[in-house]
Amino acid sequence: MELFGEKRILTVTQLTGLIRGVLEENFEHVWVEGEISNLAMPASGHLYFTLKDAGAQLRCVMFRASTRALKFKPRDGMGLIVRGRLTVYDQRGDYQLLVEYLEPRGLGALQMAFIQLKERLAKEGLFAEEHKRPIPRLPRRIGIVTSATGAAIHDILTVLNRRFANLEILLYPVRVQGEGAAAEIAGAIRDFNRLGMADVLIVGRGGGSLEDLWAFNEEEVARAIHQSRIPVISAVGHEVDFTIADFVADLRAPTPSAAAELVVRSKSELVAEVDSLSHRLLQAIDRRLAELGGEVQVLSRSLKDPTLLLGHLAQRVDDLAGRLTLACRGGEERRRHLVQVLVNRLRLQNPEVEVERGRELLLGLTNRAERAMERRLENAREGIAFSAGKLEALSPLATLARGYAIANLLPEGTVIRQSSQLAAGDRLSLRFSKGSALCRVDSCED
Amino acid sequence: MAVEKFETSLKKLEEVVKKLEGGELSLEDSLKAFEEGVRQAAFCNKKLNEAEQRVEMLLKQKDGSFGKVPFRLDDE
Repeated sequence: MELFGEKRILTVTQLTGLIRGVLEENFEHVWVEGEISNLAMPASGHLYFTLKDAGAQLRCVMFRASTRALKFKPRDGMGLIVRGRLTVYDQRGDYQLLVEYLEPRGLGALQMAFIQLKERLAKEGLFAEEHKRPIPRLPRRIGIVTSATGAAIHDILTVLNRRFANLEILLYPVRVQGEGAAAEIAGAIRDFNRLGMADVLIVGRGGGSLEDLWAFNEEEVARAIHQSRIPVISAVGHEVDFTIADFVADLRAPTPSAAAELVVRSKSELVAEVDSLSHRLLQAIDRRLAELGGEVQVLSRSLKDPTLLLGHLAQRVDDLAGRLTLACRGGEERRRHLVQVLVNRLRLQNPEVEVERGRELLLGLTNRAERAMERRLENAREGIAFSAGKLEALSPLATLARGYAIANLLPEGTVIRQSSQLAAGDRLSLRFSKGSALCRVDSCED
Repeated sequence: MAVEKFETSLKKLEEVVKKLEGGELSLEDSLKAFEEGVRQAAFCNKKLNEAEQRVEMLLKQKDGSFGKVPFRLDDE
């Protein structure tokens, strides 16, 4: 078409159409960088803004279909790189860039989205310490949300199998990358909660690029973890990868293998803890009985000579008085006086007279007391022998080897703790450290 | 929940041992404490040995319910 050769008159619409044709043909695919201003997003969902630099401005529009793929929110003042094609908005005679894709300048779009979501959720309190649920030390059922074919489940099961951990593991297979992965992961967490199928959840996947790990940076996953009543351990990618899921989770494991280690380690620690407590329990009761036995001996000796006891008591009074004075030293005069009064009163209540009066009674009781204490100690030893028999299953100590035996009434197998449980003619099984014997009761005494 | 019961039991066992080690208890109370400790230790051990290793995969049915199938790694 010859526009300038002869006088040909065009309508505005025709000219605009021609200009549009030229622009659209020649600027079909351009990349531009600049700073956003006059950003507007009306209810239509389209995005309008001006891209500018020091020398010029460019009107831009991004239609809703394209904005939906945006992971982050553009803001005024943000540096952008955009891709699109030029066109003309006929009604206004403006040319504008139809933006198909945009990303923040400097940072990648995903990084920007990550930072923005992290800021927003942090402000909302999703990462707060007080929301963290404690991880149970002995989980019975572990729910795992990951791909059934990925590295994560492989690593987790390898660790668990190696350690022979007796655990029940429930895998909820989900896609861990690509479109729809986030929804599946979040759905799995919600299903576990709805059905109460696990005591703790491991949510994660093996290593990959930022794009591969992206599902774990999605808000939907973060919310599902936050709302989970079951404690969640996140296990995404490698040591260096941090995702939003890691911040919301109750515990972050650096890798899926580490998550598994965490669970089994806590179990073997528990086994050791119970073993050690059982051992201490046995030692403590042995020591206590020895002490009590010693006390009985000391007491019986003292009872034989009340004057000795009296001496001890007098000494104790002096000793206590001394300590009382010492404790109050440096205090006020009044307090010292009070102590003196107390000491005097203590002295007045010297047990000498009482003891003198009770001497005969005491001597009479001595033998009985001695016998009673011995009998109680004997009963106690029997009690220990009985309990130690039970503990044998838990403790490496072969208690029976110390010479105790357990008497079981036949045929029920009731453990005999006192002779009143027996009648003449009853049959007993006596269990020794090695072997057992069948016995019959001739007679019983208290 | 079973999990909480285990942790309570472990705590009780620890308390009993500490009390007994304190050496302040009478003969009667020492024996009672000992028996209590034995009971708690037995419970803890039972819980620790209870669960069998089992790996299963959940399969969501069309009606929203779940089925379980044994899960094995391909290279096993």
